Amino acid sequence: MKSILFAAAAVLGTSAFLTNAAAQTTILNVSYDPTRELYSEYNAAFAKHWKEKTGQDIKIDASHGGSGKQARSVIDGLPADVVTLALAYDIDSLAAKGNLLPADWQKRLPHNSSPYTSTIVFLVRKGNPKGIKDWPDLIKGDTQVITPNPKTSGGARWNYLAAWADALKKNNGDEAKAQEFVAELFKHVPVLDSGARGSTVTFTERGIGDVLLAWENEAYLALKEKPDAFEIVTPPLSILAEPPVAVVDKVVDKRGTREVATEYLKYLYSPEGQDLAGKNFYRPIEDAAKAKYARQFAETKLVTIDDTFGGWKKAQATHFADGGTFDQIYKPTGN
Amino acid sequence: MGKRFILPGFGLTLGYTLVYLTLIVLVPLSALFLKTESGGWQHFWNTITSPQVVASYKVSFGISLIAALINGVFGVIAAWVLVRYRFPGRRLLDAIVDLPFALPTAVAGIALTTLYAPNDWIGHLFAYNQPLGSFISPQTPFGAWLATQGWAKDFLGREGLRIAFSQLGIFIALTFIGMPFVVRTVQPVIQDLHLDVEEAAACLGATRLQAFTRVILPGLLPAIFTGVTLAYGRAVGEYGSVIFIAGNLPFKTQITPVLIVSKLEDYDYSGAAGLGFVMLLASFVILLLSNGFQAWDNRRRGVA
Repeated sequence: MKSILFAAAAVLGTSAFLTNAAAQTTILNVSYDPTRELYSEYNAAFAKHWKEKTGQDIKIDASHGGSGKQARSVIDGLPADVVTLALAYDIDSLAAKGNLLPADWQKRLPHNSSPYTSTIVFLVRKGNPKGIKDWPDLIKGDTQVITPNPKTSGGARWNYLAAWADALKKNNGDEAKAQEFVAELFKHVPVLDSGARGSTVTFTERGIGDVLLAWENEAYLALKEKPDAFEIVTPPLSILAEPPVAVVDKVVDKRGTREVATEYLKYLYSPEGQDLAGKNFYRPIEDAAKAKYARQFAETKLVTIDDTFGGWKKAQATHFADGGTFDQIYKPTGN
Repeated sequence: MGKRFILPGFGLTLGYTLVYLTLIVLVPLSALFLKTESGGWQHFWNTITSPQVVASYKVSFGISLIAALINGVFGVIAAWVLVRYRFPGRRLLDAIVDLPFALPTAVAGIALTTLYAPNDWIGHLFAYNQPLGSFISPQTPFGAWLATQGWAKDFLGREGLRIAFSQLGIFIALTFIGMPFVVRTVQPVIQDLHLDVEEAAACLGATRLQAFTRVILPGLLPAIFTGVTLAYGRAVGEYGSVIFIAGNLPFKTQITPVLIVSKLEDYDYSGAAGLGFVMLLASFVILLLSNGFQAWDNRRRGVA
């Protein structure tokens, strides 16, 4: 019954959309969870830029949710002109499973198609009562850690891999020890939300847990909302998260929006785009914005997914696929 | 069909019913079945019998059953009060019963989580340093004993009883969404009970308890069973409210529908469809039971 309703809604939606398109070009940006604030600002800035450049009005719709879920919606037919997701693997899936863009999409824009980067940090309660400074502190005593489920959340995969990378480093590359550490870490997780925003709400609003493993930008956003309630701890080692962007070729060719969609992504690399990224607590990649926002972020050593894990495809298969290291963590409790 | 009906149109309406049912129900179900088959039977079997999935059945079906049974008791009491007594605000109360039907389940889930999370309205009452929570505080003998029990471990948080994000939270959400099913099924049957039968029982010397267990309850039982199975069927398939209040921890608070979504995230469409198929079979059995009880009820009441 649901699928029929969906079909009906899709038909209604499309027809509304077609009548709309005659008056004004619309593009859809399908993004992940914590980019809401960034793109609501950026979309307004880009609409202005496009109007100045071409004289055309443009309307940008944004859709947000768990990165994996968003990718799947696009594969299932959500007409995304551009995708701005949490990790390259999800856009790889669009290429591999949906054939929506070429496999080498990541080479089309500078810096691995990632106009901003981020990392994983700890958000702790004011005064840091548990004294959390580094990854091993997370599994001390009855410390409770909040992270979403890596099966459903892109951010959680970065969390998981950052923890793994740190344990590898501290144990001279011993994979078994790293697995042990991450397994122990997840024993300290009382709630497993499906997306990054859900976990933030669990930690900040519901008051559960001592530390939230979070996107850096998400942590700063939470801190901005309630500066008296939290503190950010940047661990000495974390992972370089590169949330990539791409034009979805199949969609833009069908809709005739390639030009505007391409410009939409290119503008992210412009001084204005970079400034907005920095303002929303993403780490800019161009030098000017980088220098301007450098003081906002703590120094930390960042490892990359390619060096430590051999790229996303391998990391996905080893850790998050069915029967991977994450599945091995949870065993029947026997009671 | 030699018999002549007073109203014409049997052929037309039957045709319409078949087309309607096919479009709305059968086509999506066949699609589900085909999708399941596309992964191969080995994959299907491995998926539906993996330990994590089996644990989620226990959570889904077990907690749903408890919630439905609780509704079986308190839903009947509510129906009884609404039918038998006249009091100010009765109609309002009657309308409130339907709220869980009408409320978007996500809203229900968020509202319940906001009530029962440890630092919120109801949740904080069960902290160990509050009067209600002090009973189970590890400092008391009972609390200390409780802490040694394996089954209670998941409910005893650091600072107090864990309602949201434990199986208790799932239970509360499922009770909430199932309640109207029992009330609305039992209500008309209570309405049909004749007072004079009870009076006759009293005249013949039955005690109140006897009148209830021998005269009233047998009449209500089929309707109660129907209501409970409907509430059960609804609870088994519930997703929207539970994901907010459950902690979604594998083997502890993960319900089967969450695993279906998780399979989808993994692009394991056939696995997700396989789990959907198992849920579908379960729902079908539950609804069949419900229909059986209804038929029994009709026979008893001499309707059919």
